[in-house]
Amino acid sequence: MRFKRVFGLLCAASISFVLAGAASAQDKTVKIGAVFPLSGNAASAGIHAKAAIETAMDIINNAHPELGNFPLAKNAGLAGLGGAKVEVVFADNQGSPATGQNQALRLITEEKVVALTGAYQSGITLTASAIAEKYGIPFVNGESTAANLTERGFKWFFRTTPIASDFAKVYFDFLTDMKAAGAKTDTIALVHDTTEYGTSVASVITSAFKEKGMAIAEDISYVVNATDVQSQVLQLKEKKPDVVIMVAYTSDAILYSKTMQALDYKPPMIIADDSGYSDPSFIKSVGKITQGVFNRSSWSVGPPGSPTAIIADMYKKRSGDEMDDTAGRQMQAFFVLCDAIDRAGSTDPAKIQAALKAIDLKPDQLMMGYKGIKFDEKGQNTLASGVIIQLQDGEHYVSVWPKATAEKAPIMPFKGW
Amino acid sequence: MSSILVQVVVGGLLLGAVYALFSSGLTLIWGMMNIVNFAHGDFVMLGMYVAFVIWKLFGSGPLLGAPAAALVLATLGIVVYFGLIRSIMKGPMLAQILGTFGLALLLRYAVFWWFGANFLSLPEDIVGGTFDLFGIRIEASRLLAGLVALIVTGALHVLLTRTTLGSKMLAVAEDSAAAQLMGIRPDTMQAIAWAIAAGVTGIAGALIATFFYVVPTVGETLAIVAFVTVSLGGFGSVPGALVAGLLIGVIESLSAYWIGAVYKDIVVYALFLGFLWFRPQGLMGKS
Repeated sequence: MRFKRVFGLLCAASISFVLAGAASAQDKTVKIGAVFPLSGNAASAGIHAKAAIETAMDIINNAHPELGNFPLAKNAGLAGLGGAKVEVVFADNQGSPATGQNQALRLITEEKVVALTGAYQSGITLTASAIAEKYGIPFVNGESTAANLTERGFKWFFRTTPIASDFAKVYFDFLTDMKAAGAKTDTIALVHDTTEYGTSVASVITSAFKEKGMAIAEDISYVVNATDVQSQVLQLKEKKPDVVIMVAYTSDAILYSKTMQALDYKPPMIIADDSGYSDPSFIKSVGKITQGVFNRSSWSVGPPGSPTAIIADMYKKRSGDEMDDTAGRQMQAFFVLCDAIDRAGSTDPAKIQAALKAIDLKPDQLMMGYKGIKFDEKGQNTLASGVIIQLQDGEHYVSVWPKATAEKAPIMPFKGW
Repeated sequence: MSSILVQVVVGGLLLGAVYALFSSGLTLIWGMMNIVNFAHGDFVMLGMYVAFVIWKLFGSGPLLGAPAAALVLATLGIVVYFGLIRSIMKGPMLAQILGTFGLALLLRYAVFWWFGANFLSLPEDIVGGTFDLFGIRIEASRLLAGLVALIVTGALHVLLTRTTLGSKMLAVAEDSAAAQLMGIRPDTMQAIAWAIAAGVTGIAGALIATFFYVVPTVGETLAIVAFVTVSLGGFGSVPGALVAGLLIGVIESLSAYWIGAVYKDIVVYALFLGFLWFRPQGLMGKS
């Protein structure tokens, strides 16, 4: 008698367990972790990154037939997983590599995310992805350009963005073309901070230029979030380089622009390495006194009605700011990750990793102007590429190089204010 | 001296005056009640935001922004004193540190929530742009901040050494119980000290906003310099903070120019530590 009752209870329990299981399979969600600087000095970039990821989530989780054949847009959710929705758990790295690492650990062990993206600053991507590697969780990065990130022999780290060496080549080719057009490009000064991003990009540019027989005449490094940059600007003013390459985050980029104007220093040409100079709040704050600065980008808004224009519009509605290169590269990485999960048809990290390794996207399947997405054995996208843009009117960047795809011709010299 | 070198020194002096300006409030609080206000940098930040809001609303510069910031921050100073400081002063040292540190985070993230994380900036010519003096470029906004630093230091010094109010405040700082027996209300005096210190810090923020960017975390960037300035000048000494600020400004600028910007902090902090070795009470502090 007693046995029967226990047996009956067990049966009931197991039936309800199965039913609950079936129900959860139907409204299944795929949990992805995103580590970004949501507070701290790079919070402006982090908040924009969050808006970018949320826009991508909207495109994936809801039906967007207006985007045509853009991957994952047509139907709601991931078709490969029976329409499963993507859920993103955001974590704040506070601008600190240690915090970024802890947050990655929390997302993996507590939140049980199946993959990670982030973490904006190269130095934090470095530590956060090491945790993902340890736990065997795919980490897809869209925006960190320090070369060494893909030189660590990692098996779970994938990067879609062009990296420092790609851009060093772009800068060199651009300068060669400008020289042919009559610009003076003999002496080059390189200004950079001492973060992972600043030092690695600077050393890649230095060695790439050296290989081609062009030496960096002046190397000026400074500590990030400076309270004052007058001495650095005065050093430049004294040495009078033909070209100044700036590798700086937003806070310092704003300070450099203000100080250059105050000290009345206009180099003939400034090339900025994205980051700070692409931040919408940089353009709003000091765009008017930094007219004519060159920058790199892989983003172009495209003609009205095109998928990129629609995505840019959706992003603007969410964030209140124009789509920029950094937000675009982050979104692109997130799309690639979700595409891999969709193709894997599974949330098993090993299957997602295999799908990422096999991915081969064509330019018309991308929102960024890359030649495609295909990872080498180090996890670096081999088809990433970029163009040179210029802040001609102090408000909007326009593409100026290479000539074939340029919207406008480059204007020389640097106008400033 | 080459004209570039003169420019470096002038820039260093103006920078140092600004350091002194935003340090005076911190040193005053210490001198009055032996509390290190870890929210100091965020008081500066609030002053900057007040200046920004005033510019947005009325299009006016620090002429209106600085008094407004002084008023807002002085009020905040009084609220903070009665709402927080008075009770944590009775607690252990750790409570004081964590109390003001918590206040710092509260202020920072309140601003973050209200204004967002974007970098803001006042127009470059809000205080008359930049002018040339014998080939030396001088930013009017920094010059104004420097002059106000001198005035504020002088005024605070006179207040503390030449007025009855100042004597009463110092008496409370010296021996609160004895002062109370003499008919001085410690609460009132310390609330006034907080109002003055926070108000001065507000003015500093409003002036710095005319040539620096404004962002919720800017206090973090500036606070560390304020702490060094105050300890070099001598905790509690307002003139000490001025001298220390100018010294740090010039040393920073020269070492950044001669050796390289990346080494300037090493030079400044090494000299700072070396100096404290011989004179732990700072330039003008009481031993």
